[in-house]
Amino acid sequence: MIELRQIHKTFNAGRENEFHALNGIDLHLPAERVTALRGPSGSGKTTLLSIIGCLARPTSGRVRLLERDISGLPERFLTEVRRRTFGFVFQQFNLISGLSASENVMLPAYPLGGDRHALQARAEQLLTGLRLAHRRTTRVELLSGGEQQRVAIARALINEPPVIIADEPTANLDTALAMEFMAIIEELASTGRTVLLSSHDPLLVESSLVDRVIDMRDGRIVDAAVPAGAGR
Amino acid sequence: MNAWIEKQKYLIDFTLASLARRKAKSLGLLLVYSLIVFLLASVMLFTHALRHAANEFLAGAPEIVLQRMVAGRHDLIPPGYLERIGRLRGVQEKQGRLWGYYYDPVVKANYTFMVADDRPLAPGKLVVGAGLARTRGVAPGNLISFRAYSGKLFTFSIADILPAKSELVSADLVLLSEADFRAFFDIPPGHYTDITLRVANPLEVRNIAGKLAQQFPDSRPILREEILRTYDSIFSWREGIVLALATLALLAFAILAWEKASGLSADERREIGILKAIGWETGDVLRMKFWEGALLSLSAFLLGYLAAYVHVFHFAASFLSPVLKGWAVLYPRFELSPVIDGLQVTTLFFFTVFPYAAATLVPIWRTAITDPDAVLRG
Amino acid sequence: MILQPAILALLLSSLLCIGLLLAATPYAIDLIRHWDLSSGSERQLLRERRTYLLSTLLAFVFATQLVALLLFVFNADRMASLFVGAMCAVGTLQANAFGFPALLAQILVFFLAAVWLVINHVDTHAPDYPLLRIKYVLLLCLLPFLLTAAVLQWRFFLALRADVITSCCGSLFSDAAPGVTADLAAAPPLPTMLAFYLSLALASGCALLHRQGLRAGYLVALLSAVAFAVTMAALLAFISLHVYEHPHHHCPFCILKPDYSYQGYALYVPLFVGTAAGLGVGAVQAFASVPSLQSVVPAVAGRLAGIAAAMFIAVAVVASLIVANSRLLLLDN
Repeated sequence: MIELRQIHKTFNAGRENEFHALNGIDLHLPAERVTALRGPSGSGKTTLLSIIGCLARPTSGRVRLLERDISGLPERFLTEVRRRTFGFVFQQFNLISGLSASENVMLPAYPLGGDRHALQARAEQLLTGLRLAHRRTTRVELLSGGEQQRVAIARALINEPPVIIADEPTANLDTALAMEFMAIIEELASTGRTVLLSSHDPLLVESSLVDRVIDMRDGRIVDAAVPAGAGR
Repeated sequence: MNAWIEKQKYLIDFTLASLARRKAKSLGLLLVYSLIVFLLASVMLFTHALRHAANEFLAGAPEIVLQRMVAGRHDLIPPGYLERIGRLRGVQEKQGRLWGYYYDPVVKANYTFMVADDRPLAPGKLVVGAGLARTRGVAPGNLISFRAYSGKLFTFSIADILPAKSELVSADLVLLSEADFRAFFDIPPGHYTDITLRVANPLEVRNIAGKLAQQFPDSRPILREEILRTYDSIFSWREGIVLALATLALLAFAILAWEKASGLSADERREIGILKAIGWETGDVLRMKFWEGALLSLSAFLLGYLAAYVHVFHFAASFLSPVLKGWAVLYPRFELSPVIDGLQVTTLFFFTVFPYAAATLVPIWRTAITDPDAVLRG
Repeated sequence: MILQPAILALLLSSLLCIGLLLAATPYAIDLIRHWDLSSGSERQLLRERRTYLLSTLLAFVFATQLVALLLFVFNADRMASLFVGAMCAVGTLQANAFGFPALLAQILVFFLAAVWLVINHVDTHAPDYPLLRIKYVLLLCLLPFLLTAAVLQWRFFLALRADVITSCCGSLFSDAAPGVTADLAAAPPLPTMLAFYLSLALASGCALLHRQGLRAGYLVALLSAVAFAVTMAALLAFISLHVYEHPHHHCPFCILKPDYSYQGYALYVPLFVGTAAGLGVGAVQAFASVPSLQSVVPAVAGRLAGIAAAMFIAVAVVASLIVANSRLLLLDN
């Protein structure tokens, strides 16, 4: 589904603080699998996620998504690809405070300009599915951590993307909530979605949920291993 | 097309919500913005209403006034001139007028004394303007004395006070009978201050004026349209001066708008970052910000304009009148009739919305290009 | 120079627009010289983002020109009372040699900016931005026009001297003062009327054919420009006469006034929109063969051609209504 070839990403090029975040990544991500990126902070996990998720362009190298080369696309078109293909769950949830749960969920669909009633129905359905129907008009800053996480997941799903990208999703959760999150991801994966995670939380990375773990260090892939417990 | 409209509606929704979430900041900017509009609109509405009032007043004035000049100075019309004009084609009516200025040392103000041809007054009676009545504290029936330039003291009784409606032009007016006027200013019978001519066809006015200038080389005809034009440019000039000064205020406002737009709080910056990360495009953010500016500008414009309207037409422009009116000690106090003018609204729009838009252009762009992956990088 | 709010506003705005475009020039040059979409370097990303700023800037200039055009005409009309013999905007514009050139230059800038925005629109719909260099070269070409328009406007306002008496009872009536001619030369009504309907029919017909798939983009643009010119002539020759119901009042501006129930807007708005759209059709036609634009250009050009045709038909209908409802019988005599 997603193929990376010789991806490099350099920040502050040509200046004293030049920094190579990625040094030649080659990677193939199959569809309908759960893949986890593992590595210490600064290893390039997040940068790689942002390039795969069309949030940023590589300094050099090729990205192919569904057999289409998207590495040379300008931001305008990259955004279009992104909002139809990827749903994001961030470490800090990154909800917009002051807006209600359902407004937050609908935000990614605003630029598409679809029918309002259909959109509201979809948001309602997602919130109900994540046991948040009773909280839909509550402002997000008044929600508990677990509820915020579920709002963030609902938001990632509103445009019905085939790929879910989650950056350190369990870093701010206690064990119970992390388990809940993993259950939700498991369900998504079972409905045919591709999931890409970055994490150094063993609870998540070593769970049976993950089909494939990719270890990263210093902007390189160290080893692509299949965890012992993965049997799907 | 539908999707486009629907999208704009979503963006406006979001903008309204984000303005409401930052009440203090939005209201502060709205207030300053409205204040600027209010100031400029007050100046414009006021001068325009004055111009309008002058036009209306002059609409009833004679088309041509003939004055005699002696050594380049305005002098009395000697006997016989009125008859010598004879029958000029196109002149409907000709009439000698008597009027003059009088300096009243009591209130240190100049009055205009005039014989009203449409209002016959008995000797010893006066009709005075409302401004004069106010400063001298007189009411109908009271007695008032003036010492003539000859040294003699004249006492009149007030028959009436002119309506406040015409006060812009009649504040300092004193109407009296012809006999009293001639006695007070010592003007022998047959002499007049000037001659007025009424001409029906506006195209004839210039011809007649030309003939008059030929027939009486020592006299000059003054045309109503020229007075109108002069008023017009005087009012516009004053308006221009005030507005030129106001550009300084505009500059300050533009700097404020720039500052407000570029000095986004960390909170807003984060918000834009989130929007971009979840699928908003730079253009979407630009459009959203455009709506924010448009909504803000429109409400500030309406608010400021309404406030200025109330200020000028219900409170007689109490902040501005000293600057824009006052050419005499007796300040007229009068109600302007409300006039709204398309050109002025457009100009005002230009003066306020344009600088705001220009000042926020670059800061908004800078916000909109926030990296979509900024959120990920923390 | 006459110090007036509207004049101040116009001068201020043209100064600002030029300032903005001048400030943008280095960026445009940088884009032209170093644009490389295949590179993912930070400089290239920054360049990409600057294109948003430049498009926004031009949209801003365009909107400003539009309002300024209106203000310019309004103001000229209002100032007519300051000049001996001037009855309306025509008189003011003829008060010195720069009036009409300034107006025409401004109309030209308006159309050029509209065409640029159309090209920009097309370009941003192809993922490889194929017109980027051309676009910014054109942007640089726009600058001299904007400068010319601004200079003409400055000269016009600077050279204005009101025929004014210095105080209420001041100077002599100046018999020798040269008056301003208030009339424009106009073409004979009947041939103009024929030309008017013919040019509109040709322009809208050609636009409709183009919409149907017949490639005639340049012709649409040409006919639109002709229709614009002929309509202006027709306004002078017979439409305005029917609005004023007066056989010698040829002014193209007074029809914008409330005295004539703003009928001018019903003519000018479709005329300007239609002409801009028609010119846009021709502009994008030039890029129809660019590979990545092969699906974009026909779609955009079709939409524009549809707009142009509808607008030109609207112009014809409005003009016919005006003539039909007028009590002036120009042609029977």
